[in-house]
Amino acid sequence: MVNLLLITVILINFYTLGSARLVACIRAVALQGGLLALLPLATHGPSGHALLLGVGALTFKGILIPWLLLRAIREVRIRREVEPYIGFVATLALGTLVTAAAFIFADFLPLAAEHLGGMFVPTSLATMFSGFLLLITRRKALTQVLGYLVLENGIFVFAVLLSEAIPLMVETGILLDLLVGVFVMGIVLNHIGREFSTLNTKRLTALKE
Amino acid sequence: MLLLLILFPLAAAGIALLLPWHQGRSWLLPASGALHLILVGLAVAEGAVGHGPWIGLDALSRIVLVVTSLLYFGCALYAVAYFEQHRDRGNKVIVPCLLVFLSVMSLAIMARHLGLLWISVEATTIVSAPLIYYNRNQLSIEATWKYLLLCSVGIALAMLGILFIAYAALVGGGVPVSLQFDTLLSGAATLSRPWLHAGFVFLLVGFGTKMGLAPLHTWKPDAYGEAPGMVGALLAGGLTSVAFLAILRALQLMNAAGDGAMARQQLLGLGLLSLLVATVFMVRQPDIKRLLAYSSVEHMGILAIGVGIGGLATFGAMLHLVNNALTKGCLFLAAGNIQRAYASKRLSEVHGAIATLPVSGYLFLAGFLAIAGSPPFGLFMSEFTILRGIFSRGETLVGLLILLLLAAIFIGMGATVLTATQGDPVKLDTAFNDNFLLVASPLGFLLLVLVLGVYLPEPMQTALREAAALLEAKP
Repeated sequence: MVNLLLITVILINFYTLGSARLVACIRAVALQGGLLALLPLATHGPSGHALLLGVGALTFKGILIPWLLLRAIREVRIRREVEPYIGFVATLALGTLVTAAAFIFADFLPLAAEHLGGMFVPTSLATMFSGFLLLITRRKALTQVLGYLVLENGIFVFAVLLSEAIPLMVETGILLDLLVGVFVMGIVLNHIGREFSTLNTKRLTALKE
Repeated sequence: MLLLLILFPLAAAGIALLLPWHQGRSWLLPASGALHLILVGLAVAEGAVGHGPWIGLDALSRIVLVVTSLLYFGCALYAVAYFEQHRDRGNKVIVPCLLVFLSVMSLAIMARHLGLLWISVEATTIVSAPLIYYNRNQLSIEATWKYLLLCSVGIALAMLGILFIAYAALVGGGVPVSLQFDTLLSGAATLSRPWLHAGFVFLLVGFGTKMGLAPLHTWKPDAYGEAPGMVGALLAGGLTSVAFLAILRALQLMNAAGDGAMARQQLLGLGLLSLLVATVFMVRQPDIKRLLAYSSVEHMGILAIGVGIGGLATFGAMLHLVNNALTKGCLFLAAGNIQRAYASKRLSEVHGAIATLPVSGYLFLAGFLAIAGSPPFGLFMSEFTILRGIFSRGETLVGLLILLLLAAIFIGMGATVLTATQGDPVKLDTAFNDNFLLVASPLGFLLLVLVLGVYLPEPMQTALREAAALLEAKP
């Protein structure tokens, strides 16, 4: 069950890296967030902590944040990512490389005995790397927000391993920060769209030496 | 008591949201700032240590808290006059944001739980984004976007660093897996080394982005350049000190684990790089606010170098933190006045500031002399102490390099500042005039820095020494 979830998370990474349709990308990231919400339950069994964490992650990552983003792009009427810095096929190839690298690298890490050979750490690393790839290779401000979210999802996978160290209050705070952060980013996106009539960050280059 | 420092600004923010009265909202800021300062004074006087495992004060956070509160009060006074002149732009959003900013900064300073520390630092990023965007034009939106995205990604890496440290506890098996700082500190020796080291690197990179150490400083000139002067002052004096405190927490952990030397080396490296990068961009800088932003990069570098060397230099760095925060307050507020009077911050328009705007012009010039480390200002004392620490450790080469870079910065910064301040008076198109509220705070900050350069009171010396002692490696 856990491994199936994690493999789906990795597949969604590839989907976001290869797709040009922004709405589909947002939905994919929402699905990824929803799957991650199942992860604490699948790993630690149905305890109160895992249940609440799952519900929190589902509400924030699976529903509220994607809803905010969908609303943001409806207002600026932008549907497709055009002319990324690196083409879609090339990003997919890079994504494959970093995922493979994550799996190899995780084998060399001094993990605790119960995590050796598991999928958690490599999935977490691969997801973080994919988030970074999205951040770097795309021009649209919206895709950069998606990259940031995928990066956060990768960190969340790692955090599930340590869920007994992180009190529920802190988890809630982290998710709330993420939500408000995306909310503010959504407002800024809206203003970028209005001021520049495009979401291309290429235009955001007036400030330099 | 300490909890009050966090909760009452939140309550004030709630009031500000509901209050349908421009001036009332403006005056809410200095009122809250004054109350905060009084409460901080009381808490420090009675030596409050805090509530259980979540929030508390120690020697390090006490210094940062006092400085931040003082700086905030000064900026809040200035804000009243600032909003009066920008009535058209309103203060419905910015006043609540400024108040929440005070609350989350206090929380970040007092957090004793790494998770709580992370939440509050990320919250400072989010609430300061609307502050930078106050001017609502294309340039400020670009600055806000870069700030928001870079700092959020940076802070996400810090989260990873925190998780690595928790994992170090899990693999080490010596302490219960927790992110409570005192628990981690007491069991630091049992933490798994590779994970602890990786955690430190990520924390340094993450909070270093927020602090603006090179090469992670790229958002800084844009954000400080486009934000209103008082926001620049709060970010450059307050928020950077908070981020530095977070890095010092990671250093404390490394020290307790016996790996302090490695952590110090990394701090020293980043510090030197920051100084070098700042020098390159400050020479021939045509924009007075971007100049101040690079000056902030420079002084963050000096702080990192001071702590990286250790011993006497750590004491110097603690003093430098105080001096830098207050001087940045003076400089950004004075630069804000000049910018508003000339409707520009570029040297092509700004010249003859002293003849045109005597008080702000002189404040800007004196602030420059202070930040560049000329006697008798406090920064001379703190930089001198750091350099003495460096030479007494036998790091002659590092010391000479720093002296050389400081001299280059003095000349480069001086060229820009003198062009802006000297010369014939200019006929201004704007109706701006120096008034009491707009110059009182920067003047107050400057006088404090002057006093600190001439005379360091005994209680403050003790406080600084105690803070530095927390950062020393235990044998």
